[in-house]
Amino acid sequence: MRHLLGIEGWRRDELEAVLDRARAHLPGGPDTTHLLRGKVVANLFFEDSTRTRTSFHMAARGLGAGVLDWSPSGSSTSKGETLLDTARNIEATGPVAIVMRHRSSGAPHLVAKHVRCVVINAGDGTHEHPSQALLDAFTLRQRWGSLDGRTVLIVGDILHSRVARSNLWCLKALGARVIVCGPPTLVPPGLEALGAEVTHNLDAVLPQADAVMCLRLQLERMSEAFLPSTREYSRLFGLTTAREERMKAGALVMHPGPINRGLELAPAVADGARSVILEQVSNGVAVRRAILEVCTS
Amino acid sequence: MSATVLFRRGRVIDPRNGVDGVRDVLVRDGKVAEVSDTPLPVPPGAEVVEAAGRWVLPGFIDLHVHLREPGEEGKETVLTGCRAAVAGGFTAVVAMPNTKVVNDSGLVTELVLSRARAANLCHVYPAGAITKGLKGEELAETGELVSSGCVAITDDGRPVMNAALMRRALQYATMFGVPVMVHEEDLTLSAGGAMHEGSVSTRLGLRGIPASAEVAMVARDLVLLEETKGRLHIAHVSCEGSVRLIREAKRRGLLVTAEATPHHVILDDRAVGDYDTHAKMAPPLRADRDVEALREALVDGTIDAIATDHAPHGVLDKQVEFEKGINGIVGLETALGLTLELVHSGLLDAKRAVELLTHGPAKAFGLPGGHLAPGAPADITVVDPLEEWTVDAHRFYSRSRNTPFHGRKQKGRVVQTWVSGRKVYADGQVKESR
Ligand SMILES: [Zn+2]
Repeated sequence: MRHLLGIEGWRRDELEAVLDRARAHLPGGPDTTHLLRGKVVANLFFEDSTRTRTSFHMAARGLGAGVLDWSPSGSSTSKGETLLDTARNIEATGPVAIVMRHRSSGAPHLVAKHVRCVVINAGDGTHEHPSQALLDAFTLRQRWGSLDGRTVLIVGDILHSRVARSNLWCLKALGARVIVCGPPTLVPPGLEALGAEVTHNLDAVLPQADAVMCLRLQLERMSEAFLPSTREYSRLFGLTTAREERMKAGALVMHPGPINRGLELAPAVADGARSVILEQVSNGVAVRRAILEVCTS
Repeated sequence: MSATVLFRRGRVIDPRNGVDGVRDVLVRDGKVAEVSDTPLPVPPGAEVVEAAGRWVLPGFIDLHVHLREPGEEGKETVLTGCRAAVAGGFTAVVAMPNTKVVNDSGLVTELVLSRARAANLCHVYPAGAITKGLKGEELAETGELVSSGCVAITDDGRPVMNAALMRRALQYATMFGVPVMVHEEDLTLSAGGAMHEGSVSTRLGLRGIPASAEVAMVARDLVLLEETKGRLHIAHVSCEGSVRLIREAKRRGLLVTAEATPHHVILDDRAVGDYDTHAKMAPPLRADRDVEALREALVDGTIDAIATDHAPHGVLDKQVEFEKGINGIVGLETALGLTLELVHSGLLDAKRAVELLTHGPAKAFGLPGGHLAPGAPADITVVDPLEEWTVDAHRFYSRSRNTPFHGRKQKGRVVQTWVSGRKVYADGQVKESR
């Protein structure tokens, strides 16, 4: 039994074990519905995320588990129930794991300290989104075999991106070089200490990348004055067709979705030959099955 | 209660009067009567405190304490706060006005003072608000506050964001000779922040509070101070940039004093660990180079006082998501041990450490006490510098337990506290007078 609160702290061999195991969960693999038969997985989503929730739901069902779907709409949280109250109530139903999405960074850490079952972080605030990073790494391994010596460029709003943090830990642990790129207002301080190379000049680093991971730009950042306009953002940091042409031969384009088409990613690039975006989505369930399996075993 | 007390053969450290050596201290009628390097005869009926191997110090003075009364008595009251104070060796505390009925009038000041008289443990000096209701809009009646017993004015917990109002507060307070104590935080820079902005906040995905949120306000207020010829006291200084500005302002002769908390000097932002709300404060725990700068400032006199910013909160205020966690920790009962860590590590000599807890704060606010010359109040703290102990929050006299130091090993402990010649704490017990 082990929590998955973030990728940080997981060793390379442990991550590889999850990724190796995920292969067995791809469509057409052996029947795994006995693995969590009779067990319950609780989906505790304080923040909407149809994709991640559905993906974990299908993963749990695929392992034979029952799924308890919980969301706060109109329920106890609006009546002043604390996060720990909610978590303890869920725990009382006896799940083998709580899969949790929350808008506060560190919320799953708090819950993990106070419950006995496994806690799997399905995205916490602007901290980590470990299952996304694992499915990204899985997708890259499918293409490359190994990440050793590869360069991955993460572009966009690094400051608010849990995907960026989890990917940084994950890609570095698996042997890749990671460059992050975004406007200075959206790149937090001290990333170098976490192992990233930082730049604000996309065109300068683009030709070095074996994969470019575009992040979703949260449009509300405009009102917070992190950026002057979406137009300027797109001009400086959008992966346009012109930029795509300057990428390395065979270099891949990724996006955790949902895409602001034409903003961070040109439609032709998103749907183009380099794009592995749909593979990322379809790998999600297999990777999440492996996560549930490994964490609860 | 004994009117005459003789402290025998303790190491008396009294920085204001340049004393550091083995002395006898005779106390009579609540005042220090004599300090002698040769043994004194025991006067008839005197209580004798054998202090050999111990430090006999002026009682500690804490310029920054939240007693929570009136309004949040579940967290602390004047009485429980005074118990915690004397257990920590403090014989005087300055009570912040951001209670749930704000101390912005003589009525509230008098209420706090009457609770303090009833507690009858240590001196409680209220601080009044700078602005009515701490709203930062209109000046509170400084004159009434001071005549009712306030020793400083502050909107602590909040900055005075309006520069023109701050300028007037400094000007107006010059009539009464009280310091204007400031919590320096530019709210537009700190908005949404939960901890220091740096590599740790980046790792944890928490919005950071940049050092500039403090430094920019320190700079602004020093500019206003120079113009108004007022008296400014900067609370809980947390970063290198502030230290540099204060040092320079002092060099130029401005009437500015400053305090640092033990936690900002002992811990850095890494103490947040995996979202430990016990390491959440305002200002936040800063980076290691800020801690380094604060330590230098303690040594060279840029910082005048160690103050705890004792901030009691309930368990439920802390057992929440980090971003929701309430700021602050209790500090009265851990201050000496943490300060002595700086002595044991060789950063501070004992005399300077004692000065930061006694004469430094007394001088900054013009309070009585803080030294042991004949005629001074017999506020005395006896310390065993070698006793090793472990911080146990469950045994605090404070009504609250919120501390990141639970379980921390300490060397050096308060063994007795005397206020106005009366023993109020000894052998781990607070001595209530009733
Ligand atoms: Zn404050």
